[in-house]
Amino acid sequence: MNEHKIAVYVNGKLIGQYYDSGEKLLNLLREQRRIGRLSDQINFSYNPKLKSFYVNTDRGRVRRPYIIVKNGKSMLTDEIKDQLVKGEINFKYLLDNGIVEFLDAGEEENAYVALTEDEITEEHTHLDFDASTIYSVVTASLPYSNHNLSVRNTMACSQTKQALGMYVSNFNIRMDSRSHIMYYPQVPLVQTAAYDFLNLKKRPAGQNFVVAVATYYGYTMKDAIIINKKAIERGLARTVQFKTYKITELMYPGGQKDKFQIPLPTTSGYRGEESYKYLDEDGLISPEVPVSGGDVIVGNTSPPRFLEEISVFGVTEEKRRENSLSIKSGDKGIVDSVMVTNGIDGNRMVKVRVRDIKVPELGDKFSTRHGQKGVIGLIVPEEDMPFSENGIIPDLLINPHAIPSRMTVGHLIEMLGGKAGSVDASIKDGTAFTGDDFESFKKVLADHGFDEYGEEVFYDGLTGKKVKMKIFMGVIYYQRLHHLVSNKIHARSRGPVQLLTHQPTEGRAREGGLRFGEMERDCLVGYGASMLIKERLLDESDKATILVCNQCGSTAVHDYIRNRNYCPVCDSTDVSIVEVSYAFKLLLDEIKSIGIFPRLITSDKAE
Amino acid sequence: MRGKKGKFIVPGDPVGTIAAQSLGEPGTQMNMRSFHYAGTAEAVPTGLPRVIEVVDARRTPKKPMMDIHVKERYAKDEKKVRKIANNLEHVTLHKIAGMMEDFDKKVILIRVNPSELKRLGLDMRLIRAKIVEFLGNKAKVEQRENKVRIKFSKKEKIINIRKTMNKLKLLHIKGIPRIEKAMIIKEGEKYFIRTGGSNLAEVIKLPEIEVGTVWTNDIMEVNKVFGIEAARNAIVKELKIIMDSQGLPIDIRWLLLLSDAMCKSGTIQAVGRHGLSGHKAGILARAAFEETMKHLVNASIKAEEDKLSGVTENVIIGQIVPIGTGIVKLKFASGRGTQKAKK
Repeated sequence: MNEHKIAVYVNGKLIGQYYDSGEKLLNLLREQRRIGRLSDQINFSYNPKLKSFYVNTDRGRVRRPYIIVKNGKSMLTDEIKDQLVKGEINFKYLLDNGIVEFLDAGEEENAYVALTEDEITEEHTHLDFDASTIYSVVTASLPYSNHNLSVRNTMACSQTKQALGMYVSNFNIRMDSRSHIMYYPQVPLVQTAAYDFLNLKKRPAGQNFVVAVATYYGYTMKDAIIINKKAIERGLARTVQFKTYKITELMYPGGQKDKFQIPLPTTSGYRGEESYKYLDEDGLISPEVPVSGGDVIVGNTSPPRFLEEISVFGVTEEKRRENSLSIKSGDKGIVDSVMVTNGIDGNRMVKVRVRDIKVPELGDKFSTRHGQKGVIGLIVPEEDMPFSENGIIPDLLINPHAIPSRMTVGHLIEMLGGKAGSVDASIKDGTAFTGDDFESFKKVLADHGFDEYGEEVFYDGLTGKKVKMKIFMGVIYYQRLHHLVSNKIHARSRGPVQLLTHQPTEGRAREGGLRFGEMERDCLVGYGASMLIKERLLDESDKATILVCNQCGSTAVHDYIRNRNYCPVCDSTDVSIVEVSYAFKLLLDEIKSIGIFPRLITSDKAE
Repeated sequence: MRGKKGKFIVPGDPVGTIAAQSLGEPGTQMNMRSFHYAGTAEAVPTGLPRVIEVVDARRTPKKPMMDIHVKERYAKDEKKVRKIANNLEHVTLHKIAGMMEDFDKKVILIRVNPSELKRLGLDMRLIRAKIVEFLGNKAKVEQRENKVRIKFSKKEKIINIRKTMNKLKLLHIKGIPRIEKAMIIKEGEKYFIRTGGSNLAEVIKLPEIEVGTVWTNDIMEVNKVFGIEAARNAIVKELKIIMDSQGLPIDIRWLLLLSDAMCKSGTIQAVGRHGLSGHKAGILARAAFEETMKHLVNASIKAEEDKLSGVTENVIIGQIVPIGTGIVKLKFASGRGTQKAKK
C-alpha cells in the first residue's frame, strides 16, 4: 500500500486517489480559489487520520467569512481598511482578491484562526473579523456575555425572544391574531456592536430600570422582584395586547349562507336582546366599545341544519340558528378596529381587533439580558421603597441571592455601565470581549460624585432608618416577557362537563377543572380518607344514577307512561336505584358492545 | 392503638399503598442520583437497575455473585483460602489451551499453556484422560508433552469435527460450573472468597465451606436450593443492601411486606403484569392495570364475579373504598329494637 495514497471525495462521492501529501493539495486548491480560478463557493478539507480529502460544492453548507492570514500577516491591511472606509472598494472586492474567504464546517477543521490581530503567529491561517462574531444573532445582542456562564447566556437568549417591545411599526394596521406592543420602549444604555447591524435600535424590546440589589421583607424570595408602584403608574413596562377575532360568512350546500345580522328573537339559540346591545344594524360591533368575556362582537345566523317540514299553511318558515362570534371567557378589552374583507374562498369575512392595556401586576414576568428572570412579588408604594442618600428611589429590587451561585458577572457590569451611561449621557458598548472596560465606568461614576463601585447609602422607606450596609444600585435593561398572569389565571368551582364522560372539562380555555390524578388519589388512599376519595372522584365529578334489575343484573329503565321501573331483559319490576360513576356506566355499555353481558349483583347496603 | 412494644398498625391501614409510597418516593431520588455516576465503570448493577432486577424476579441477575466464607480453621490462612478459591473457578479446555482444527488431515490440535497448568496445579495426564473420556471411541488421542492431537478417521464428516471442536472447547476440566472468577478478600484478619458467577447448589457441597455464611445475589437460586422462606429473606436482604448503599432510610418492614407479597404464593412472583398485579382478585382491578381486553374476555368466558373488595374496583364504580375510614361499617340490629318500638 502506498503510504501517500489519499482518497478524494467530491460531495461525498469517491472519485479517485491522489499520490502526494494532502496538505499540499489543500494549499494548491486553496490558492487556486483565492486567485479566482475556482469558485469561492467550493470548500476543501483534508483529514490526515482518515487519509481523505473532501471537496464540497453542494448546497446547504453553513459557511462564514474569515480574513486570510499569510506568513503571519493579515491580508486586510490598513491600506485596504482605509479604502473600505472611504467606500472605494466593497466586500466583493475582498472576496475576489483573496483577502477574505468563506469556510464551511469541514474546512474550518483545517484552519487555525486568530481572534485578534495581535495574537497572529506564523502558524495561523485565518483571522476572525471580531471575537464576538463567534456568537449567533441573538447571543450577539447580549452585553458582556463573555462574563457569564454559558448556560445563563442560553437562558438569556430564549428570554430575549419572549420580550415584549415594538416588533413592527405598522402594528396599527396589522391584524395579528395576538400581539403585544410596549408603551414607551427604550434603547438600552448598554448596547453591543450587533445593535447597529440588527436594527435593534429601531425595534427595542425593554426599558432601562433603576435597580437596587436588595431584599424587601422576604417578598424577593426565590427570584421574585419588587416594583415601585409609582414607576408603574408612570408607564414603566406598560404594554398593550392586541387580539384579533375572525368570522366568515360560510356557504352551505344548497345555496344557503350565513348572514351577519342582529339575530331575530325567533332564531334558535337566541341569547336575548341584552347580548346584542353593542351591535350596529349590520351585525358588527363599533370601534372603541368596551367588551368583556361572553359579549357578542359579530352577530351571525346560520341556515337550519336539516330541511324544515312544510308547515300547516304550506309556507316554509326558515328557522335559522344563532352562530355569533363572542369574546372568549376571561378576556376583556376595547374594540380597536373592525375590518370587513373577503376570505380566501371569496366569502365575506370580518376581523375584530380588541385591545387591552396590560399594566404590570403581581406575577408578571421580567428578565434582564443575563438569564436573570423573575416575577413581581410585591408592588410597593413609592414612599415605602428604600431610597438612596441622594433621594433616588429604585424602580425595581432584585434579591442579592440571585447573583453569587449563578455567577452572572455581566449583569453587575451592565448595571454599572448603565449607571455610568446615565450620568454622562452616553451609550456604553457592552460587546463581548471588546466592549467598554468596567474600569472606565468607575472613573465616570467617581467624576460625577458617585461611588465608583455603584454602592450607595440607603434608607428604609418604612422606618426611615439608615440601612446598615451600602446597597449596589445601577441601571439595567429589563425586558417584560409575554407570560402575563392575566392571560394565565384560572380557577373553577363549578363549570362545564364533557359530553361523553360527564366529567369536568380540561384546560383554561374550556374553564376546566384541575385533575385529581392517580398519585393524588394514592395519597388519600394512604391516609385512609375513603369518604374524601368518594367525594372527589364521584360527587364532585361524574356521579350518575342508574337502575339495576335485582333479578338478572342488567340495567333497567324507567317507564314514564306507567311511571314504573322495569327490566327490559326479564320484565321484572324488582329494580334497585344505584349511584355509580358515569364512567362505569360507559364501561358497562362498552363491555356490552363487545358482546359480553355484565351483570350487577345488588345487595342491601347494611349487609 | 399503642402497645407495650410501640405503635401497631391500625385495622384498615392501607399498608400496601404506604409501602409503595415509602419505596417509590426515595426511588425517584435514587434514579436522579445514579445519573451522577454516568461513565464510571460500575461492574455490578446497583441503585434502580438492581431494584428492578430484584422486584421483577429475573431468572438470573445481570452480574451473579457469591460471598463464600471458609471454615474457621482455614479462614486466617491466606494460602489455604487461595487454594480453595482456585478449586472453585470453573476451568474449561479453551481457557487453558490454544485449539485448532485441520479439516484436510481431519485432526484437532490442542496446545495447552504450561504456565496455566502450573498455576492451576494440573498435569497433562489428567487433561488427556478427560479428553479421552469425552471422545470415547470417536477418535484417537495422541499426547506429547503439552500437545494433544486428536485424529479422526479419514471418512469423518467435517461438520462432525466442528461439532466436536465446539464441545471440546467447553470441556470441563476443573472447578464448579458457572463460577467464572474467584478472588479472596481480607476482612480483619480473616479471608473470604468472592466469586463472579453463582452456583449455590454445588458450592455448599464443598467440605471446606461454612455453609451457613454463603451468600449469593441470585434469589431464584436461593429459592431452588433452600426454599421460599430463604428466598423471602434473600429479597429483603438484597433490597436492604441497595437502599443502604444509596443512603436511603427505608424502614425494613416495608421491604418485608413487599417480599412477603412476592413470595406468598410459594414461588417468587414479580411485581407487574405477569406477577402480583396480574393475579389480583378483582377483574376490574386487573383490567384497569394492563391487558384490559384479555382480562375482560377471560372473565366473561368463566363467568367470574368481582367481589369489589379492592381499592381500584371501588374507585371505578364510585363506591367507598374499603380502607381506612371506609372499612368501618355500622350494623343496625333491627330485630329487638323494632319489636319494642311496635309494642
